[in-house]
Amino acid sequence: MPKDKPIEGEKRVFMTGNEVVAWAALAADADIMFGYPITPQNEIMHYWTRLAPKFGRDFLQTEDELSAGFTTLGGVLAGRKAFTATAGPGNTLMQEPMSMAEAMRLPMVAIITQRGGPSTGTVIYSQQEVTMTTLGGNGEGMRIVYSTATHQELFDYTIKAFNAAWKYRFPTFVLGDGYQSKMRESLTIYDPAERGIAIVPPEPYFGKPGVPGVDRPPSQLRNTYNMEEELYEVVEHYLEDYAKVAPEVAEYHAHYVDDADLVVVAHGVVARAALMAVKELREDGYKVGYFRPVTLRPLPEKELREVAGRTKKFLVAESANGQLARLLKEGAYGCTTEMLPLFRPGMGITPEEVIAEAKKILG
Amino acid sequence: MSLAQTIELAMPRCWRVDTKPHKFCPGCGHGLVLKALGYAIDELGIQDRAVFGCDIGCSLLSWDFFNLDTIQTHHGRTTPVITGIKRANPKLIGIAYMGDGGGYAIGSQHLVNAAARDEKITVILVNNTQYGMTGGQMAPTTLPGQKTETTPYGRDPEKTGFPFQGPEMVAAISRAGAYVARGTVANFRQLQRFLKRALENQMAGNGFSFVEVISACPTNWRTNAEETWNMIEHVLPQYFKVGEIKVPGAPAAQEGEKKDG
Repeated sequence: MPKDKPIEGEKRVFMTGNEVVAWAALAADADIMFGYPITPQNEIMHYWTRLAPKFGRDFLQTEDELSAGFTTLGGVLAGRKAFTATAGPGNTLMQEPMSMAEAMRLPMVAIITQRGGPSTGTVIYSQQEVTMTTLGGNGEGMRIVYSTATHQELFDYTIKAFNAAWKYRFPTFVLGDGYQSKMRESLTIYDPAERGIAIVPPEPYFGKPGVPGVDRPPSQLRNTYNMEEELYEVVEHYLEDYAKVAPEVAEYHAHYVDDADLVVVAHGVVARAALMAVKELREDGYKVGYFRPVTLRPLPEKELREVAGRTKKFLVAESANGQLARLLKEGAYGCTTEMLPLFRPGMGITPEEVIAEAKKILG
Repeated sequence: MSLAQTIELAMPRCWRVDTKPHKFCPGCGHGLVLKALGYAIDELGIQDRAVFGCDIGCSLLSWDFFNLDTIQTHHGRTTPVITGIKRANPKLIGIAYMGDGGGYAIGSQHLVNAAARDEKITVILVNNTQYGMTGGQMAPTTLPGQKTETTPYGRDPEKTGFPFQGPEMVAAISRAGAYVARGTVANFRQLQRFLKRALENQMAGNGFSFVEVISACPTNWRTNAEETWNMIEHVLPQYFKVGEIKVPGAPAAQEGEKKDG
């Protein structure tokens, strides 16, 4: 299989987010994509299907997202870096394979490009897939979810997602949105090796050398247990592992939080509007801070609580009706910080709106 | 003869001895299907390459049945998991094992599309005319008039349709290289041959291969041994025709299958 480097050195480019994801997956040594058409993720497949054969990578268009998810798990079992991409109602279906990935610790990677909901909603944009992506399926949310804000981050975190999945063996998501998917932006794409980023190699679960039962034990994975105690033991063990790696996985950005009377909390593209707003408010003399969880699962809980302990009020800005806010409330449970909403389900949020809301609160 | 030798003769070599006796109910057909499959794997010498996937429902009890790399999947999702494994590593021989509910109801879209795409995998579907694990509800294969927990007065075809013709459907939508057959646990040697041919078809890279197996569920049928045997030997074949339905490059292959089995 030809494994020429898709990117030599580094290159300044001007691309849509979906194109960025395809290049990042190539750079991360992803082997095979399984996908089903849904807007706004389609161009990830379009770029991948054009680029993949040039670098010995594969693609299969499946009959639905259930199949896309389960074939991805099959690819992972065979020891290939497999991934998929979906959105909205497709993400709903994707929760089923994702729960199997959690049950069996399979390093599946999915790129989510959020669109409006509930239901078919819009094909445009939202942040309404936060609850589902962090805690979906029947299970305990043992996943890693990176919420990106820029095209540079889409590139960086798609590479990171493959590494995190194969290192920690929890299903891993890059949570983008339709704006990031369709918008063009400048960024630098690079060969990870040039930046000192080691690519975590995949490892086959099935088909290792030797006859199973003769030369080696068979590799047998199940997700069904007979007794409550059996399942409990497995889940407890996974939860322990998850809690152990959570502090090392969790990421956040914070600015101007030390003396802030009000901290604007946002994730994804809304965090860009929030940061612009906070900078402008600071210039006008308002004591406003900025906090952005990059990982929504696990949440950077320790840092969130520190900020919550120092400030009186949070303004939570999100393109959903409090899906981020619910995660924050759980993470900051017991803190007395007031949590004020700037919720715009399925709508973009501008810096002006954040500024107006902050001024209203601060008087 | 030593005990070990006796066991070896009674069981296919690729079976996991330490998980026997198996977990299926007395009189269940799964043990026979998995025995026929085991002998087919032994004969072909593919224990090092065969990967086994089992569905949810009674088939899940086979998750540790063989000395094969094995994945227990979700209800209906074994076909895509095995498809993904095969696509990612074509050197492996992918076997998807499921019941009639998994293959013909909740996972029917996967069966249809895997067949239509001519996936180089082998799907084995055990047809015992109802949902066994969940306690005997109507399946797509339930016979007209058959009593189940969700058709307590008998299946009414006017309301819920006639028994699903799986191999016939797969034969209709698959390519020339596909192998499609319907075997029965009532004819073990024939079943073993069908399963072997289905695996050979995959190994030769010809195309999709599919074997439905008529099987028994005395627990939910509430039948004694004699009634059970009558069901699989006489009643079910009235609705489900046993034999090879599609064989690559052998147009007359269906001839004589019943007689010489």
